[in-house]
Amino acid sequence: MRRLLALLPVAAFVIVLVGFMVGLRRDPSILPSMLIGKPLPAFTLAPLRANEAGLASVDLAGQPVLLNVFASWCGPCKEEHPTLLRLKAEGVPIVGLDWKEDAADGARWLDANGDPYLRAGNDRTGRAGIDLGVSGVPETFVVDRRGRVRYRQVGAITPQIWAETIEPLMARLKAES
Amino acid sequence: MRRFLLIAATALALSGSARAVTPDEQLPDPKLEARARALSQELRCLVCQNQSIDDSAAPLAHDLRVILRERIAAGDTDKQAVDYLVRRYGDFVLLRPPFQADTWALWLGPVAVLLLGGAGVALYMRGRSRTAESPLTAADEAAAAQLMMRDEGD
Repeated sequence: MRRLLALLPVAAFVIVLVGFMVGLRRDPSILPSMLIGKPLPAFTLAPLRANEAGLASVDLAGQPVLLNVFASWCGPCKEEHPTLLRLKAEGVPIVGLDWKEDAADGARWLDANGDPYLRAGNDRTGRAGIDLGVSGVPETFVVDRRGRVRYRQVGAITPQIWAETIEPLMARLKAES
Repeated sequence: MRRFLLIAATALALSGSARAVTPDEQLPDPKLEARARALSQELRCLVCQNQSIDDSAAPLAHDLRVILRERIAAGDTDKQAVDYLVRRYGDFVLLRPPFQADTWALWLGPVAVLLLGGAGVALYMRGRSRTAESPLTAADEAAAAQLMMRDEGD
């Protein structure tokens, strides 16, 4: 009994050590989405340019798509942009949500850098983004053909994140009926 | 000197209320505004994560303060207004984590450690006092008496 008692501090130390080893390796700035497995919240957004269609949540049903939240004032978006353009060239359906800025600014940005989106909507007030739980740009949601959110990417999609995480997920979702 | 003190005192008094909340955000009804204010001090800013939305000057914190006030002006209870944001951002927006299954370790851990430590100390002290209570042997008594004698001799 006494000997077991003496081992107690060692056991406590090991528990704390494991706790720290797991806890300190997590990135606390990456938050889980509340929407995983749930339908996309409803939104209807005006287009970036007057003669275009805009973006509504119902537009996202039918096939797995990426919903990319971006803004012209966002630095990492510029970093992510070439990847999005490449994905567009590969036939990946992407729709854009222009967050918290004037539509004209978003349109000008797409004119200058290339437009990877099938369609895009302007969220001037930021409310659609807030309904999605967006805390910054860029963020990307993978939405399945039934309009449910399956994955949330906080920060830019790098070629590595695409290849290791999102592309396999998209392939799985395509196989789902 | 007096002027300096006056300025310092005024600055100090003002600094307490200098927050990120701008006048145009505030509700006209002071009662509702006070409720919104109290709630926003308990909600985390998602951009600068160790600040409340009441303290933060981030644009998203501003938006969340406005939403919170809209909900309250629309007749939401405090809980309904906070739940509105929790549905979007999760329990993470609550600066005071709720007491539920996945936070038991967080809330009860310190108490458990304190109790365990206390029990350990109690056991140790009991062991010590038992040895101290053991009576002196005849030889101990003799040695003690000799020491006392020597003390008195000084």
